[in-house]
Amino acid sequence: MTAGSRTAMPSGAFEYLTTKKDEFVGWARKFSLFPYPFVTACCAMEFMSVSSTLYDTDRFGAALPRFSPRQADLLMVVGTITHKQAPVLRRVYEQMCEPKWVIAFGVCATSGGFYQNYAALQGIDRIIPVDLYIPGCPPRPEMVIDGIMKLQDRIASDRHPIITDRF
Amino acid sequence: MTAPVHERIVERWSAAALETAVAHGTLGLVIRPDLLVDVVGSLKVEFGFDLLLDVTAVDWPQREPRFDVVYHLYTTREFVRVRVKTRVAASAPVVDSLLGLYNSARIAERECHEMYGIEFRGNADLRPILLYEGFIGHPLRKDYPKQREQPLVPYRK
Repeated sequence: MTAGSRTAMPSGAFEYLTTKKDEFVGWARKFSLFPYPFVTACCAMEFMSVSSTLYDTDRFGAALPRFSPRQADLLMVVGTITHKQAPVLRRVYEQMCEPKWVIAFGVCATSGGFYQNYAALQGIDRIIPVDLYIPGCPPRPEMVIDGIMKLQDRIASDRHPIITDRF
Repeated sequence: MTAPVHERIVERWSAAALETAVAHGTLGLVIRPDLLVDVVGSLKVEFGFDLLLDVTAVDWPQREPRFDVVYHLYTTREFVRVRVKTRVAASAPVVDSLLGLYNSARIAERECHEMYGIEFRGNADLRPILLYEGFIGHPLRKDYPKQREQPLVPYRK
């Protein structure tokens, strides 16, 4: 339908909207976050709670977990990461396609938490870039939802170049 | 609470043991390292302790000999436990492997080896099991620095 066909439509109907490319792409992306749950520890219980009926991350378009990193664009690192596991996390991150975001869910993924010892990685930001930290041991579902909404705001206001230096 | 089998074990081994004591329903025996295979073999064959539950160690940095190597045994006939301890020095933390008596010693001794650096003579496969290849040191020894990191992935700048 072209802009000139206004007379063929009922009055008041939209024929087209004007917007900016970045806003449009950001709007589309912020409601289609496919999370990859990298779930390693007790925060998993809270992750299940926030995913399922009562708190329902589906409202934010972030409910459909993809268990292949190639189909996901939000890496949720839920739980303690050990040094032995770090190469796996790094590889999962590298396999994800652009654009991609990372949430450190819970205090262990954020900073190692109370596992200040030989085994635990002291925060996943030592090996992969993190967009959003959700503190708590475990975080309350409200906090996770708040975090997802903050990430959505960031995606919506971000630039979305069609061609990047990596692609 | 002393089980009858505990009394029979004390009768059999009290002369050779350094200490015997019952605590929380478990008999504890402290023995010399050279008697380890004899004592545990006797517990298995004569007293029916058919499960080796765990092999671990205790680090006493101020004490000589420095390490306790601790074995927990269980009998599925009388449902009681025995704890066997032996003491080894930091200069030569070597004990005989119990692989000839219990197959479960294979993995338990591997874990004890990587965490405390105890050598088990006769267990040929002491590769790390929870740690990774290339890890230096024994993290459950008291002198391992708590904050030391040995990352497998290089950190981001």
